[in-house]
Amino acid sequence: MLYRRAGIRHTSYRHERMLWPLPFDRYLVGTIAAFLIVAPFLIDRLYLVAYLLPWLIWSMAALGLNLLMGGAGQIHLGYGAVMAIGAYSSVHLVRAGVPFEIAMIAGGLASAMIGVIFGFAALRVKTLYLAMSTLAMQYIVDFVIAHVPAISGGTQATIQVPPVRFLGLRIEGDIATYYFALAVCTVVTLFMLNVHRTGFGRALAAVREKDYAAEVIGVSTFKYKLLAFWTSSFIGGVVGAVLVVCYLRSVSPDQFHIDLSVQIVAMVIVGGLGSVLGSFFGAALILFTPIVLNNLVASIAAGAGLSLSSDLRAHIPLMLYGALIVGFLVLEPLGLAKIYDNVRNYFLVWPFRYARK
Amino acid sequence: MDLWLIGELAITGALVGLMYALVAVGIVLVYKTSSVANFAQGAIAMTGSYVAWAFATLMGAPLWVAIPLALVTMFGLGFVIERAVLRHMVGQPIIMIIMVTFGMEIFLRGMMPGFFGVAVKRLDLGIPQAPMFLGEMLINRAYLIGGITSAVLIVGTIVLFNSRAGIIMRAVSDDQGASWSVGIRVERAIAIAWGLAAGTATAAGILWGSTQGVDWSLSLLLMKALAIAILGGLDSIPGVLLAGVIVGVCESLATGIVDPLVGGGTRDIVASLIILMTLLVRPYGLFGREQIERV
Repeated sequence: MLYRRAGIRHTSYRHERMLWPLPFDRYLVGTIAAFLIVAPFLIDRLYLVAYLLPWLIWSMAALGLNLLMGGAGQIHLGYGAVMAIGAYSSVHLVRAGVPFEIAMIAGGLASAMIGVIFGFAALRVKTLYLAMSTLAMQYIVDFVIAHVPAISGGTQATIQVPPVRFLGLRIEGDIATYYFALAVCTVVTLFMLNVHRTGFGRALAAVREKDYAAEVIGVSTFKYKLLAFWTSSFIGGVVGAVLVVCYLRSVSPDQFHIDLSVQIVAMVIVGGLGSVLGSFFGAALILFTPIVLNNLVASIAAGAGLSLSSDLRAHIPLMLYGALIVGFLVLEPLGLAKIYDNVRNYFLVWPFRYARK
Repeated sequence: MDLWLIGELAITGALVGLMYALVAVGIVLVYKTSSVANFAQGAIAMTGSYVAWAFATLMGAPLWVAIPLALVTMFGLGFVIERAVLRHMVGQPIIMIIMVTFGMEIFLRGMMPGFFGVAVKRLDLGIPQAPMFLGEMLINRAYLIGGITSAVLIVGTIVLFNSRAGIIMRAVSDDQGASWSVGIRVERAIAIAWGLAAGTATAAGILWGSTQGVDWSLSLLLMKALAIAILGGLDSIPGVLLAGVIVGVCESLATGIVDPLVGGGTRDIVASLIILMTLLVRPYGLFGREQIERV
């Protein structure tokens, strides 16, 4: 009913390859895009900065990792380190007087260069062993960043991000940073939506399904695994730059620990491997559910006259976050994207359920 | 740099390494029986030490009651983890299984300090503080007793693997389908492996809790345990003993010799470097079976 399919006939190949053939999907995407554009004038400044902005940034990170994990089927437990490389390179370049447009891209390139080294492990070992080696590299990058004063300024140091301009606009204040993050997020999302339809995306899918089968049909596993790591790390580096410029405003080694990597992997998996929509869902769920439920628990406890210890209050988000990961993997391993898909499939033919194939 | 200092670092390192190895045994046991990488092992060790502390301090039980109680409780928790979580994950891609154990790690890391408080707890096993002298070398008694206990427990695990229950587990690790067809209850064997993993982790948690206090940082043992498990070979229990000593000695020497040169902190990446080197040079570890899929 909602997703009306009647009267949609493909008369050309171009038409058939549309991203959203159903008008309802197009309206939905349009409405959400319009909402995001006018959001700074509609919603409270607090919600804009504390919810919408981090959601956009973490969704971008999840998208970048999803290209690697969902698109090419490689496990990566060190994405936080990749983002750290991008963040530090771009901040140092900006401080050295390089315009931010170039610094951001250079940060992405630096991440991509080092990210490919993570990829070399993927050429030798697979699955569990790849997880271990990326995990190990996360710790090594953390160590190098923290212990080389030229990068971090020392273990405890925090580097302030100077005010930056992007294409002549000052990225300052809540609204400008929000629009900047939204613009980058749009670019990344469009790339991710379209990458499946390119030769590159199809080659990645072939490598994901079975690497020697891909090799047999002439897709170079060597080339595409490294390209997957390159592209994903490039996005990670750019996101790292956006993260420090728009959200953190200063950069210190402990912001990019293993916890960040696990958080982003959790977003990808809870959202749904390989799904663009899922990355947005996953980021929202992992970022906000612990906060919302924590407030809920606190208000229920206050209402019931129970007093929760401050230690318990402080650790409830962590518990919920762990429980969310376990719960989703046990109950719905295909993630939120699959749940949305089920709902959509139901309404596709509702109320004529028997018409579903 | 005199030889006495190096000797002291090496012996302390070996003992500490054996204590790490006790955490790693659980990872190997679980991997061997069910091919599941157990990234929650550090948090399980932490949980075990919290449980022992709770029995000993909150409920006032004497140590010889509290420790067995903690071991039994945690053995049960291992069973519950297998039944409630891992059994649902059979047949899922490996990344899902890794993430589910990571999720448990995060959950336990939030739950234990949340309920028992963040402050570091003292878990006193009655080991005297005064170090022992061996020539000019100082040996910490806690490490000495911890290292020996760990070695005994690991050897005990190896012996157990030759008992009836062990033979069942070995059969399951060889071929799950074949074991099933001759009437072995595969789920039960995997559950026992998880129980044993949680039990050995608890023993390690208690030993570590008595040396550095009980708090969330015990879950950081995970990285060392992973390094040991990888270096020894993920499916080799005897490998854990040797790899534990190697990792411990490397770490101790790095702390004593390299730290003054680079300004500290090398302790944390020795484990990572060992993982990387092992995977690049000999991915199946020192004693593992050469069957991992290489590209």
